[in-house]
Amino acid sequence: MSSQSASTSNTDWPGRYHHIDQVLNSPGPRTDPAFLAGDGVKDFLRHQAKILVIGAGGLGCEILANLALTGFKDIHVIDMDTIDISNLNRQFLFRTKDVGKPKATVAAEFIMKRVPGVKVTPYFGKIQDKDDNYYMQFNLVICGLDSVEARRWMNATLVNLVDPENPESLKPLIDGGTEGFKGQARVILPTITSCYECSLDMLNKPTAFPICTIANTPRLPEHCIEWASVLEWPRVQGDKKMDTDDPEHIGWLFSVAAARAKEFNIEGVTWSLTQGVVKNIIPAIASTNAIISAACCNEAFKIATSSAAYLNNYFMLIGTEGVYSYTFEHEKRDDCPVCGGEALELTFSADLTVEGLIEMLVEKQDIQIKKPSLSSPKSQIYLQAPPQLEEATRPNLAKRVSELVPNGGEVTVTASTLPFSLSLRITYT
Amino acid sequence: MIKIWSMKKNEDAAAKKKPKTSAAQIRVQKDLTELDLPSTMKTNFPDPADLLNFSLTITPDEGMYRGGAFTFSFAINTNYPHDPPKVKCTQTIYHPNVDLEGNVCLNILREDWKPVLNLNSVMVGLQYLFLEPNADDPLNKDAALEMSKNRDQFLNNVKASMRGGHIKGTQYDNVLAR
Repeated sequence: MSSQSASTSNTDWPGRYHHIDQVLNSPGPRTDPAFLAGDGVKDFLRHQAKILVIGAGGLGCEILANLALTGFKDIHVIDMDTIDISNLNRQFLFRTKDVGKPKATVAAEFIMKRVPGVKVTPYFGKIQDKDDNYYMQFNLVICGLDSVEARRWMNATLVNLVDPENPESLKPLIDGGTEGFKGQARVILPTITSCYECSLDMLNKPTAFPICTIANTPRLPEHCIEWASVLEWPRVQGDKKMDTDDPEHIGWLFSVAAARAKEFNIEGVTWSLTQGVVKNIIPAIASTNAIISAACCNEAFKIATSSAAYLNNYFMLIGTEGVYSYTFEHEKRDDCPVCGGEALELTFSADLTVEGLIEMLVEKQDIQIKKPSLSSPKSQIYLQAPPQLEEATRPNLAKRVSELVPNGGEVTVTASTLPFSLSLRITYT
Repeated sequence: MIKIWSMKKNEDAAAKKKPKTSAAQIRVQKDLTELDLPSTMKTNFPDPADLLNFSLTITPDEGMYRGGAFTFSFAINTNYPHDPPKVKCTQTIYHPNVDLEGNVCLNILREDWKPVLNLNSVMVGLQYLFLEPNADDPLNKDAALEMSKNRDQFLNNVKASMRGGHIKGTQYDNVLAR
């Protein structure tokens, strides 16, 4: 591994980047004025840019290959999964011998072996294991994830990272996603454009069947599987947590669902359908992953080099009937809980009580707030309702704010009069 | 690398640094502090510092379930409001839309959940089930059948079950409000 990174400079044989250099050697009619045609931009792309790829699965494999081939040389990749045999049809960096090994590690080794001079640093684990300092080192982040929860976390982390005093803290996030023949690629400039959380209401909700249908009138194999997982599992297994990655658990659900299906003369309950329903799997299509990954990497290349205008800001692809795509600007939401809302810097005496702070907020003409509830990232400070929580937090009213919030700390304020929330950053005099 | 920062400067210069409180946590705080509950519903937090796990007691003041106190547990995960809260009845009750394990058939808890709904909508929805049980969406089939076939018998069963009586071999919990 170390010999490859050391040999970076002498692996750039003549003509290696012949085609890419066509784009980087000279400005075009619509390139950004800041574009440093020639060696400047090439040096940045090949020797300075540090890019993070989240996910080394269907999208991740494509993304890693594309980035390496377009000239990014310092790539990091995070993935918490190990390779399953069912991944091999489309996750082309993995072979049969790799089954059971961490995706991030195997993908990194494959790319480094295949594309000389590229350094890929894997991390086998969760994105949540890493702190702000870790994310701060990158210029760009590309997500190829299959989970809403992980995307929300990554998005919120990058939005929170933005420090008004430090331009380097703003990390463009390129998010790719696919579902069967549909996909999307988007560019998020944290705090500037709409963020992932802004568009949460656009998500299709996972298919869910009315619980009474599952309980009484099953007609589809899916109904039987849902019956096994939603109703029978908690009834029979009690508090035992269902692990959808545990073959024994899937096996149990499968046999319970199959018995139910037999009783109602329903056909089609299989092991793989059981797994698909409980893990909410939508069949992955290799070509959709390839298109979306290409779009994401194209954006990464344009943002890193300023060689062309980047996507503003949402590209969607619908390949279910023919090929249809549409690009539009998704708008930022003022009431977005992550990037919207107001922020206020407050400076007051370390002797001010919580009650005093509340009075101060209510009296502020510019924010028009009534009955504010306050909390810090660690705990509730004062909640106006429900009665029990009001009572539990009431003793805090007499306390000094400085006992509950450190200097420079943050307080989240909610009130029915606010679109969503207000965050306070507190400095004591 | 594009010069995003110059765009940032053109923006409203207000510092928009946000606290590390998660979006789910802020949303739950907002939902809870803005609950608008009638006197027939009351929340209870076993640990007042934990806003994500609590119970709701409904004491209907009209309808056939009047006089009972029905308790539901709420468990909210960090993916709220993308995921709905998990709600279960903690007692064994005789109700067409609640099974003996405490599962509740309420559309907005499952197939019709949307992030624009909130905890207040769920709580009002639960209370509605006690005012207007729905025999068309049964979870307790016996109760639903009785309700549509023989309403008087159903009403008697409801009364008996609320006192902790047996109906068709099932012992129900005494839920009479004290």
